[in-house]
Amino acid sequence: MADETTATSAPAGHSSGGDRPSGGDRGERRPPRPGGPGGPGGREGGRKYFRRKKVCKFCVEKIEAINYKDVRLLAQFVAESGKIVPRRLTGVCTPHQRRLSCAIKQARNIALLPFAGRAS
Amino acid sequence: MARTYEVNRVYELMFIVRPDMVEEEQDKLISTLESAVSSSGGKVKSMERMGKRRLAYTVRRFHDGIYILLTVEGGGALIHELERRLRVTEPVIKFLTVRIDEEQKRLDKIKKLREARRKPAPAPAETGGETAAVTA
Repeated sequence: MADETTATSAPAGHSSGGDRPSGGDRGERRPPRPGGPGGPGGREGGRKYFRRKKVCKFCVEKIEAINYKDVRLLAQFVAESGKIVPRRLTGVCTPHQRRLSCAIKQARNIALLPFAGRAS
Repeated sequence: MARTYEVNRVYELMFIVRPDMVEEEQDKLISTLESAVSSSGGKVKSMERMGKRRLAYTVRRFHDGIYILLTVEGGGALIHELERRLRVTEPVIKFLTVRIDEEQKRLDKIKKLREARRKPAPAPAETGGETAAVTA
């Protein structure tokens, strides 16, 4: 008798407890972001602030020519210290970041942009 | 094997001269470079003075420089000669040569692709509307 009741109640509690978080999870997560930051532990934190999806500036504005002479454009992707800002911060896609870093390096060579590590 | 001389490449030659260089001397330098280009079978497509600019870092104790951009069509030997000349010219403090014809070709290709895609543009717009109606 006692065995039966515990056996029935325990799985029921498990299933309901399992269903609720997963259902809520699906509703909260945005489709374009399959992997949220932090994973299951960070879900509570992720609910509070909404992180905008980063997009590649060059893809959105359809800028194809990344030229070393265009200092104003390149300066947006160079940190104050002269370093190239990584993709994970700027959201630039891989093919464009490759061209961008090439252009930045050329611009550095002709003294249009500073080299990293040189405080000025 | 007879190799054909490739002289149809396009290069951009950017160089910086000292900020205190007067215009006549710049003209003289540019004209000597142009004559070097034409004597070795290339041609100067354009010349642009980008004016005085602040340098991002000091080059030979200069903080400013006058930027000059030269677009040249020719082969590798020509570029070699031009770079040698720039290196021995005292007022030139820095230079950079970039080959631009391949990049230009790539850009033209993309432009063409975009224009080709623009013509049958109404079709995807209609399908987009249909799917929106279905979801609604």
